[in-house]
Amino acid sequence: MIVVTDLHKKFGNLHVLKGITNRVKTQEVVCVIGPSGSGKSTFLRCLNLLEVPTSGEVIIDGKSVTDPQNDINKIREEVGMVFQRFNLFPHMTALENITLAPMKVRGLNKEEAETRAMELLKKVGLTDKANVYPDSLSGGQQQRVAIARALAMKPKIMLFDEPTSALDPEMVGEVLAVMKDLAREGMTMVVVTHEMGFAREVGDRVLFMDEGLIVEEGTPEEVFNSPKHERTKNFLSKIL
Amino acid sequence: MGLKILEILQSYLGHMIKVFPQLIRGAGVTIQITSLSVFVGIIIGLFMGLGKLSKKAIFRIPSVMYVDFIRGTPLFVQILIVYFGIPGLVSQITQSSFRLEPLVAAVVVCGMNSGAYVAEIVRAGIKSIERGQMEAARSLGMNERQAMRYIILPQAFKRIVPPLGNEFVALLKDTSILATIGVSELTRHGQLYASVTYATFPTYMGVALVYLAMTLTISRFVAWTERRLGVSDRGD
Ligand SMILES: Nc1ncnc2c1ncn2[C@@H]1O[C@H](COP(=O)(O)OP(=O)(O)O)[C@@H](O)[C@H]1O
Ligand SMILES: [Mg+2]
Repeated sequence: MIVVTDLHKKFGNLHVLKGITNRVKTQEVVCVIGPSGSGKSTFLRCLNLLEVPTSGEVIIDGKSVTDPQNDINKIREEVGMVFQRFNLFPHMTALENITLAPMKVRGLNKEEAETRAMELLKKVGLTDKANVYPDSLSGGQQQRVAIARALAMKPKIMLFDEPTSALDPEMVGEVLAVMKDLAREGMTMVVVTHEMGFAREVGDRVLFMDEGLIVEEGTPEEVFNSPKHERTKNFLSKIL
Repeated sequence: MGLKILEILQSYLGHMIKVFPQLIRGAGVTIQITSLSVFVGIIIGLFMGLGKLSKKAIFRIPSVMYVDFIRGTPLFVQILIVYFGIPGLVSQITQSSFRLEPLVAAVVVCGMNSGAYVAEIVRAGIKSIERGQMEAARSLGMNERQAMRYIILPQAFKRIVPPLGNEFVALLKDTSILATIGVSELTRHGQLYASVTYATFPTYMGVALVYLAMTLTISRFVAWTERRLGVSDRGD
């Protein structure tokens, strides 16, 4: 589903990604862990071209993201993204946040889009918040709306960039629960997260990134229980 | 002594009352010029503001130069250029006399001038929208135009209106300088009355009070609009 080959990204002189190569299979859930500044967000953002890679190739569902010939907006329709800071549209209600892109990008009419949005709000447990503006929602609720917004485009892949790290601890669970459901339904997911419980429960594979490289990868058991690299051990000892 | 002051005050009040209808006529012209100029200014400013943010140099460089030139030179000098300089140039080239109507020159200068300030307001308003908004829109498959239209501009609009109101007030006051090229706006009417009656103090105080009445009205209105917009702007 996602094929990444020798991906490099530089910001000026700062070499952030130094050759990432990996494949994510359909329905696979891949968790990315690693110290702050190791390039996890940049890696994720290169997958849907929010950052333009300096070199290397990213292929999503058979289409090259990095080939300028391809329409990036078309590819982005298939890749949902959930941000650390939610990034809901503050001038729109929860429902409007969810219906906007399906209407403007997919061409759904208002009724179709709202029906779909209400189903999704039900899925994330926020039916009663449909007409509420983001600033009246808690962080956890905002993030669930953000997930519903991304899902409304019926993407084939979902990218999550530390979706729970801006949340108060008591709200982390409700967001993870939605993500677990999604994983069980067979969504292909790449999740930057330090929630070890989540990674163990639904993760198929864990990538440990450090200084712009994937240092180690394996099943959650392999990486968490018997890390091979010194840097992985070091990192895990700090966060566990 | 006291009687003398009372006498002066009485005559001043008389002048103020007498000049008042003329000042109101002048104020009408001032409002017309200001409104037209703000309208022109908003159109120029919208394009120049977006131009300044453009990734394409052909849009960005002219916008930057325009805004820098206008904001870096006095309005009075701009008036001299447009009202005297340009007709002079055209006359020389075409070998025939060419004149601009003062009123036309006024709207051209004030509109272009205000355009540069509006451009900055527009640019700052758009820039103030958090980067994550554009990214969220793009990640949903919207193209840049859609993201601008549905996500960025509606949010920027609410931040643009209050400074735009201040720009309106500033421009209204600046139009008084148009008296120098004979535009019959508020200050000019005062000048004419004062030059005939020599009653300079009451006349110009009257002129000032009429400006004050207009600027206070506008700023109150802007504050009210700001509150109205604030109601539907739920946080950020
Ligand atoms: N737009 C940018 N411009 C310049 N440097 C950036 C930019 N985005 C990220 N970086 C830098 O790239 C490095 C990796 O950042 P990031 O991918 O956000 O790491 P992580 O998500 O693992 O914490 C950091 O040093 C960060 O400062
Ligand atoms: Mg990050």
